[in-house]
Amino acid sequence: MSRCLVLAEVIDGALAAVTAEAVGAAVALGDEVVLAVAAADPDALVAAASFTGVTEIVTVAVGGSDRDHDLAKQIAAAVIADVAPDVVVAPFTIRSTSFGPALAHSLDLALVADAVALQRDEDGALTAIRSIYAGRVHAEVTFPTDRPVLALVRPSVWVPADVGSPVASRSLAVDVEPSKVRALDLVRPSGDVDLTRADVIFSIGRGVGSQENIAAFADVAERLGVALAASRPVVDAGWLPAVHQVGQTGVTVKPRLYVAFGISGALHHLAGMQNSKTILAVNTDGDAPIFGYADLGAVADVHEVVEQLQSLI
Amino acid sequence: MKVAVCVKQALEVSRYLEFTADGTRVDPAFVTTMVNEADLSAVEEALALVESAGDGEVVLFSAGEDGADEALRVALALGPQRAVRVWADGLALDDARTVGAALAQAIAAEAPDLVLCGVQSADTGQQSTGPVIAAAWGVPWVPVAHGLSLSGSTLTLHRDFEAGVTETVEVHLPAVVTIQVGANVPRYGTFKDKMRAKKADIPVVEPVGLPAPRMVVTRLTAAPGGSGRSLEMIKGGPADVAARIIALVREAN
Ligand SMILES: Cc1cc2nc3c(=O)[nH]c(=O)nc-3n(C[C@H](O)[C@H](O)[C@H](O)COP(=O)(O)OP(=O)(O)OC[C@H]3O[C@@H](n4cnc5c(N)ncnc54)[C@H](O)[C@@H]3O)c2cc1C
Ligand SMILES: Nc1ncnc2c1ncn2[C@@H]1O[C@H](COP(=O)(O)O)[C@@H](O)[C@H]1O
Repeated sequence: MSRCLVLAEVIDGALAAVTAEAVGAAVALGDEVVLAVAAADPDALVAAASFTGVTEIVTVAVGGSDRDHDLAKQIAAAVIADVAPDVVVAPFTIRSTSFGPALAHSLDLALVADAVALQRDEDGALTAIRSIYAGRVHAEVTFPTDRPVLALVRPSVWVPADVGSPVASRSLAVDVEPSKVRALDLVRPSGDVDLTRADVIFSIGRGVGSQENIAAFADVAERLGVALAASRPVVDAGWLPAVHQVGQTGVTVKPRLYVAFGISGALHHLAGMQNSKTILAVNTDGDAPIFGYADLGAVADVHEVVEQLQSLI
Repeated sequence: MKVAVCVKQALEVSRYLEFTADGTRVDPAFVTTMVNEADLSAVEEALALVESAGDGEVVLFSAGEDGADEALRVALALGPQRAVRVWADGLALDDARTVGAALAQAIAAEAPDLVLCGVQSADTGQQSTGPVIAAAWGVPWVPVAHGLSLSGSTLTLHRDFEAGVTETVEVHLPAVVTIQVGANVPRYGTFKDKMRAKKADIPVVEPVGLPAPRMVVTRLTAAPGGSGRSLEMIKGGPADVAARIIALVREAN
């Protein structure tokens, strides 16, 4: 039986939800599963990390921040040397992609990033699927050399593993060199808008065209009592404050109704809204990827639609 | 100062598509190409850094077949001084480890102070090439970054995390940084730059001694529907769309 090492993701000292999904992916492969947890106080996380199917938890006590990719790479390298896995699984997140590919180079691991499926073929060899070209194509990939594989798995694809009875843990001492990246300030989002509580969200994307055009959407949203959100380019352009941004580097929302105006449906945006109950998309491009994730669609100009909304309410 | 920027010719495929006979590529008839969006922001960031440093040059790198020259020329038109294409017969472009190692070889030969990549390719995004280049070249790196400023050989910049968290970090050059999509608004090049880009001589550098690819694409298939939702298109014009939206809002609120 081959051995799979899962690298837990720790955010602000707590186990991130994507860890359970990465464990789910590893357990589904039918391998022996070892889970590595590196944190300031990893023993405090062992109970939460006792997922069904995990055979052993290896804990590493770290001095620095869980955002430091230089430290994360050194720790992962030490754990891999200790566990000698055939497959290493970590979530495809900013933390893991920050060190994973560099680790793959340094340890000469085969690398598959953003995998949406992992399987074993009839000979027991690992294969994976990547979703590419805006989700239109699935690429089956294989690993022709006998090097261990580092698989970074896409969030929200695998069923998370359940926490079960306590799993045996042991601690591994890792000596790290000081990080080459020095952290100065940290800014967390703040503001008076709480999109996570909204029942209905109108969200505007780059298709809105300009800052002046936002007024009509803000007006309609206010009169209907719905929250106004945006894709990242709208925030980057300074058209709306950052608290309005939905997506991977913004807020994750789950309203009863999400209306996307002029949003193409990039993976990073979908990550923040794909669990909305009903999704309606308005886009001039009938080919836009967002329609593949919507319940209702309209190929229409958002300016004409918002004008009609204004005259109807 | 010398800044290297990695740019990639990204592909966009249409919703209806066919594959090449061997099943590992999308038939070119269903493909359009463009320079990867984040890479143009990387070029802009590089030009701005060199401008504020007062002197230096921006050198572009792209790994790929002849078509990569097109991406290099589009990026050259923004103002970089030179471009280099990295290619060897059979170079495995699907494996970020091979691409990163090949680019690192060519870049190391130029000994830049800083290497900028895009955060990810829009077409086959692995968010991997920048960190691989850093490891292969043996320098520190900062991913998903924006707002770069340089003082002596210390680079200060912001990096993004999930859920709107941004950290300010500093790193000493030489280093590799991957530039976030939308980090800036790339300039339009001058007419002179555009003419120069058109005629620029783009040398090809051949990487040597790369290991066999560790990951290969064996087959492409059309992806099954996105999300398991079934899409209903709203019939009629903008007024019908608006009426439907209002009905749904009243139901949900
Ligand atoms: C690490 C990382 C994190 C990211 N985090 C986020 C995030 O948190 N949130 C986020 O949103 N993005 C995020 N992004 C960016 C993401 O990849 C996309 O670039 C972004 O979501 C695109 O926004 P958009 O759909 O508004 O713009 P575009 O992709 O440019 O789409 C605009 C759409 O508007 C349509 N359109 C144009 N004019 C009209 C009109 N008049 N009427 C109707 N439709 C029209 C077009 O057909 C197009 O589909 C992230 C990227 C990276 C690399
Ligand atoms: N073939 C290539 N040539 C030059 N740069 C590349 C190539 N592939 C990727 N890159 C760079 O690496 C970044 C991240 O790409 P990826 O790892 O494919 O998501 C891109 O934005 C480019 O800057």
